[in-house]
Amino acid sequence: MVPMPQDPATIAASATPPRVARKIKGLSDRAIAWIFVGPTIFLLLAINIFPLIWTIRLSFTNFKANRNREVEWIGTRNYERILTDSDIWLNMQATAHFLFWTIFFQVLIGFTLAYLINKKFKGNDLWTTIIVLPMMLSPAVVGNFWKFLYQPQIGLFNYIVAFFTGKDPSSFEMLGSVQLAPWSIVIVDTWMWTPFVMLICLAGLRSIPDYIYEAAEVDRASKLRQFFTITIPMVLPFLMLAVLFRGIENFKMFDLVVQLTGGGPGSTTELTSINLKREAFEKWRTGYASAYAIILFVTVFGLASIYVKALNKVKER
Amino acid sequence: MKTFKLASVSALSLVAASMASTAQADDLTLCWAAWDPANALVELSKEFEEQSGHSMSFEFIPWPNFADRMLNELNSGGKLCDLLIGDSQWIGGGAENGHYVKLNDFFDAEGISMDDFAEATVYAYSTWPKGTPNYYALPAMGDANGWFYRKDWFGREDIQAAYKEATGQDLREPQSQKELLQIAQFFQEREIDGQTVYGASIFTERGSEGITMGVTSALYPWGFKYENTPGSYDMDGAVNSPEAVEALEFYKEFYETATPPGYTNSYMGESLDAFKSGQVAMAMNWFAFFPGLYADPNTGGDKIDFFVNPPQNQAGSTLGGQGISVVAYSDKQDAALEYIKWFANPDVQAKWWSLGGYSAHNSVLNDPGFKDSAPFAGDFLEAMGGVQDFWQEPAYAELLLAMQKRLHDYIVADQGTAQEALDKLVEDWTEVFEDEGKL
Repeated sequence: MVPMPQDPATIAASATPPRVARKIKGLSDRAIAWIFVGPTIFLLLAINIFPLIWTIRLSFTNFKANRNREVEWIGTRNYERILTDSDIWLNMQATAHFLFWTIFFQVLIGFTLAYLINKKFKGNDLWTTIIVLPMMLSPAVVGNFWKFLYQPQIGLFNYIVAFFTGKDPSSFEMLGSVQLAPWSIVIVDTWMWTPFVMLICLAGLRSIPDYIYEAAEVDRASKLRQFFTITIPMVLPFLMLAVLFRGIENFKMFDLVVQLTGGGPGSTTELTSINLKREAFEKWRTGYASAYAIILFVTVFGLASIYVKALNKVKER
Repeated sequence: MKTFKLASVSALSLVAASMASTAQADDLTLCWAAWDPANALVELSKEFEEQSGHSMSFEFIPWPNFADRMLNELNSGGKLCDLLIGDSQWIGGGAENGHYVKLNDFFDAEGISMDDFAEATVYAYSTWPKGTPNYYALPAMGDANGWFYRKDWFGREDIQAAYKEATGQDLREPQSQKELLQIAQFFQEREIDGQTVYGASIFTERGSEGITMGVTSALYPWGFKYENTPGSYDMDGAVNSPEAVEALEFYKEFYETATPPGYTNSYMGESLDAFKSGQVAMAMNWFAFFPGLYADPNTGGDKIDFFVNPPQNQAGSTLGGQGISVVAYSDKQDAALEYIKWFANPDVQAKWWSLGGYSAHNSVLNDPGFKDSAPFAGDFLEAMGGVQDFWQEPAYAELLLAMQKRLHDYIVADQGTAQEALDKLVEDWTEVFEDEGKL
């Protein structure tokens, strides 16, 4: 007798050991679904939800992880302290400054680069590769070599600025000056992450079908009009997505800034994430740091939710 | 009978096994900072390995991460280190949080007397609560913040004449903090052998302890005190006294007028680099580095000399150095204690000094030949006579980071006045001690 040809699903089913097959046989589809989803839910609860609940609990105590003393319930004292601490508001301001300007420059330059790269020209691929190089580097490496570039006596950055302005290269300190240090970290982050925004914009630009531009040409729409009525609206969801990614990333920016300035001079570039790390793992004020983390979480979560709603509205248009 | 024999053999085997285990060789891990004296200790410890049969491993952490790494290790009850040469400020936390083994009984049993060690080092590195005969460490490495300078530049006739003309005084090792600043300002941006040089490199580092160690080297000579009455935590009027304000303003002026450009975040490494590269006429740093500096082929030998932190209203130097402790979480405490016993031996202490470590043992320090044994030995003795240390409280990290912030905000970021910086520091410290239940 010639064996009947079998489809792959039947082959896979017949490969299931008889004992397991017998066990699964009696289960409903819902139960099988739970078996598959269960481990993921368990992991999610164990590594996301439980720590969050535990952090909320700790935020109402005076717990210090490095001390063997009784933990006291202190109500909302940690929250009150944080929200009335002028130094923390300065950290928030420094973070807001960093966030706003990095996103502004990255979107502006990233979109411009994507627009240029999207034009067909010789060496297009090579330029794309060269432009995306910075985002492939480690933030620690980037921080270290920009530190040398900013060095007032031997740094290339100072010499380039001096070349164009006629100033003495050692007459200004990018990392040591209160006025310049916040801009120095904006420059480095922009240098590193603009390619990321560029790639997302490029994906957006390449998703616009050519026939739309052709139709616009038939309607004798100018290039400027095509740009504002076709290109920008169709790239906008991609652009907003890039802003969301960069916003969340830069809100928790740590490594690059620590390498560059360590939060200084003074506390000028001490972003909230750096300050939070100091409170949690250098001062070991665990309860206080938990409250701080919850405040930051609520801020990011709230802002991101509003933003995602706006993003969805733009997509629906 | 057969059962009895079996039991006897088993019992004997157990005893033999336990005896073998007490005599067995352990692999001890000693943790410390990665710097010149650590290399000397590796050399010294070879003798211990030969004598005891134990082998030694070393975990040396770069200074900027030393406190973070080691305190995390202790706080998590880690078993990485059997022996730890920890900073003097950790002694309070080490004792109260149960990280360090109390050594009193061991010292009594082995005849190790704390009277054999310099009093200032025992007080600073070993005792908690401060000054009580409760010992958690053996003084391992005496240290203080001192100064070194380009002796060859100071000795040049053209430079001496220029200094005389500029200040009306002779160029010499500074006898006061203000003279130190005057000399540094004289050298600032001066052309020497076709190169622009600068006054001095001082500590301005923000992340760990740098700027605090630098500023206290000015505060102590001005008569700074942490409390109005020792042990009272009554800081208002002491920490922010007029003398403290004057000292802080002095340090800011020093930073602004007599240091190389870009020295906004410099500590030990940057100070050494600036001096060795011929950028500065003077530099502050820990005595621990002085043997290496003296041996440097380019800027050491005849080109360098050393001086103790100059006085102002009084003599005063910032204490460095560490004691060696047995970590309470170690499974090899017996072998670790053996190491301490060996290390406390006067002969070993003499060898420790000869290799470049700073012994705190009186037999070494009181030796008539000690002062002449190295060009910086006399200065070291003088410095150790007037040392002051930062808080050694269990909450020392909070106290230190608060001071780092207030000092850096004022000196480097130029925010507010010295009085405001110290007033805010009092507020920060008061909050810490309130949280600790001490106020």
